[in-house]
Amino acid sequence: MEDLSFRHATRQRAAGTKKLAVIGVVASGNLEVLAERVLPDSECLVEIRTAAAGFGEVWDAVIADFVKGYSPGGLRFSINDGGARPDTVSLRLAQAARLMQEDDQ
Amino acid sequence: MTLDDILASLFPDGHDVKNSGGVLSGSGALRSGGRALVIGVADRTALGVDEAIRLSNYVLASLENGNAPILVLADSDSQRMSKRDELLGLNEFLAHLAKSLIYADMRGRPAIGLLYGHSAAGALLATALATRVLVGLPSADPAVMDLPSMARVTKLSIEVLQEKAKSTPVFAPGLRNLAQTGAVHLTWDETVPLAEQLDSLLANMPDARDRRDALGVERGGRPKAYAIAERVRELALQAL
Amino acid sequence: MSAPHTQTTKSSAELDRTASWYEASARTRVRLLLDPGSVVEFIGPEKREVSPHLKLFDLPEQFDDGIVVGRGRLDGSPVFVAAQEGRFMGGAFGEVHGAKLTGLLRAARDIGSVPVLILFDTGGVRLQEANAGELAIAEIMRAVIEARTAGVKVIGLIGGRAGCYGGGGLIAGCCSALAVSEQGRISVSGPEVIETNRGVEEFDSRDRALVWRTMGGKHRRLLGGAEVFVDDTIQDFRDAALELLSSIRAFGIDTLRAEQSRLEDRLQRFGACPDAVDIWTAEGIPDAVSIPALPADQFIALADKVRRSSRDAR
Repeated sequence: MEDLSFRHATRQRAAGTKKLAVIGVVASGNLEVLAERVLPDSECLVEIRTAAAGFGEVWDAVIADFVKGYSPGGLRFSINDGGARPDTVSLRLAQAARLMQEDDQ
Repeated sequence: MTLDDILASLFPDGHDVKNSGGVLSGSGALRSGGRALVIGVADRTALGVDEAIRLSNYVLASLENGNAPILVLADSDSQRMSKRDELLGLNEFLAHLAKSLIYADMRGRPAIGLLYGHSAAGALLATALATRVLVGLPSADPAVMDLPSMARVTKLSIEVLQEKAKSTPVFAPGLRNLAQTGAVHLTWDETVPLAEQLDSLLANMPDARDRRDALGVERGGRPKAYAIAERVRELALQAL
Repeated sequence: MSAPHTQTTKSSAELDRTASWYEASARTRVRLLLDPGSVVEFIGPEKREVSPHLKLFDLPEQFDDGIVVGRGRLDGSPVFVAAQEGRFMGGAFGEVHGAKLTGLLRAARDIGSVPVLILFDTGGVRLQEANAGELAIAEIMRAVIEARTAGVKVIGLIGGRAGCYGGGGLIAGCCSALAVSEQGRISVSGPEVIETNRGVEEFDSRDRALVWRTMGGKHRRLLGGAEVFVDDTIQDFRDAALELLSSIRAFGIDTLRAEQSRLEDRLQRFGACPDAVDIWTAEGIPDAVSIPALPADQFIALADKVRRSSRDAR
C-alpha cells in the first residue's frame, strides 16, 4: 500500500451545502471517494491509499486536472484505491464533487 | 482422548450415547442429578442435510423434558460439500439445527459445546458455535478455513501465511487462535476427570447473554468487534 | 472531462425504484428501498472504522468495511436496515463488518418491535480474518434468534452480485422470511468450493446453468427456501419486504417444530432427486425444463400456483 497526499489552493468554494458524500467501491480497478466539507473555502485536500504503488505522478496530474475543472474549495477527499485507471479516478472524483453540490436534506 | 474415553470421563455414572454414522445421540447421568442430552458429530463426519435433520430432531424432542443441559460434542469435517446437499437447501438444515440449539439454550436447557477434534466452516457454526459455552479439549484442532485454501484465495504461500499467523490469531487454524478471538470459553484439562470439570461449569453457568465479543477484547484476539457492536447498538437505541 | 455544471441529472434522492437491485451499490439499495430522505447511517464511512486486519495482508480497506447499517422508514414505519456491499471483498464477513450487524440486531432485540431488513450480498467468511468472521456470523445468528424470540421480524432480501453464500446462507436461514430474485443465489458451499473439494464430476462450477438451477432464486422459491420470488428491481424488493412484514407470525417452539416437519418432508420427497429439474417435476410442474428461461412474472404466477410458501415454518 502507498499513501499519497495532494493539497491545492482553489479559486472558489465548492457549491452546495452537503457535508458528506461517498461514491464508488474498493475493488480491483475501482476506488471509493469520501468527500467532506471540512476545510477553509480556499483549500482542497486529496488523500489516497492505493494498492498500486509507484503512480504518484499520474495521481498528481489527475488531481490537478480535477481541481482546475471543479474548484472544490473546502472539500477534503479521502480515497481508498484498488488500482483504478486514471479515467475511473477522474470519474469518481467528479461524481463526488457533484454529490457535494446538492443541498443537504 | 477417544470419544469413548471422553464419554466415560464425563459420565462415570453411565450414559447411553450411540454413534450412528457419525451422528451422536443419547444422554448421560449427571453427578448433580438428572440427565444431560448428548448430541454431536463424531469421526470427522461431514455435516450434511441427513445428519443435521436428525440432530435438530433430538434437540426439539428434548425440549419439554425438564431443564437439564444439552452437550454438543464435535469432531466433524466441514459441512458436506455436495450437489445434493446444496440442491436440498443445506443452509436451511444447518440454520435450523443452530436455531433449535440457541432456542433451547434460551428456554432453560443450557447448551454446552465440547470441541474434541476437528470442525470447520458451516459445521462449526451449526454445532459448537451455536451453544452458550464452548469448551475445548487440548486435542481439538478446529479450522474455520484450512491454510491451503487460504493460500489459494489470498495468493500467498503457506509459509507466508504461517509467518503472519505468528503475529495474529485472527485467521489461522487451531484451538488457541479460536480461543483468543473469544469463540472458545475454556479449555479443559484431560488429566482431570471431565465430570468434575463439567460439574464445576454447571455450578457456575453464566447467563444466556452472548459475551464472546467482550472475551475477544480481553484476550486480544478481536480488538474491535465488541466496541463496534456496542456503538451501533447504542446509536440504534437512541435513534428511536 | 465534462464541465461540472452542465449536467442535469435528477437528484440522487429522486432516482426511481425501477433500478436494478443487482447493479446497485449497497448504499443505493438502502436509499431507494426505504422512504426518501429517511435513512440515517450508524458509524458511516466518515468514521473510518476500517478492518484492523487487512493491512497485515497489504490489502486496501473500505471506510465502512463493506456494510451499511442504519435506520429509516418503510411506508412510514421505522425499520432497521443492514446492506452488504458485494463488490468489496465479495461482501465477506470480517470483524468490523459483522459487529455492525450484530449491534443492530441486539438493538432490535432490546426494543422488540422494530423490524430488521438484511440486504445480503456475501460470499461468506472473509478469509484474511477467518476466525473473527466465523465468530461474527455465530454472534449474528444468535442475535437474530434473540431478536425473533423478543418479537422482532427479521427479513432477508437477496439479489446481489455475490449471492448469499457460506455463513451468509446460515444467517439467511435464521431470518423470519426471505425474498429472492433470480440472481440471488443461496447456498453454503459455493460452486468453486464444491468443485475444488469434490471434483468437477460432482459439480462443474463453470456450468452456469447448473449453478443457477441448483442455488438460484427460482429453485429456492420452488423448494420453499425463500418465501417470495421477485423481479430484479428495487421496487419489487420493497413490495416484497412490505408484504412479508405484514404476514410473518410469532417465532417459538411451534415454528421450530413446523420447520422440522417441513424439512423432513422435503428430504423424503426430494432426497433422491439428482437435479433441480427432477425436484420441480416431482413438484408437479409439467414443463420443468422451461423454468430457467421463464420471465419473472410468469414464474411468480406458476410458483404461487404450485407451492404456497409456508409463513410459519422458518
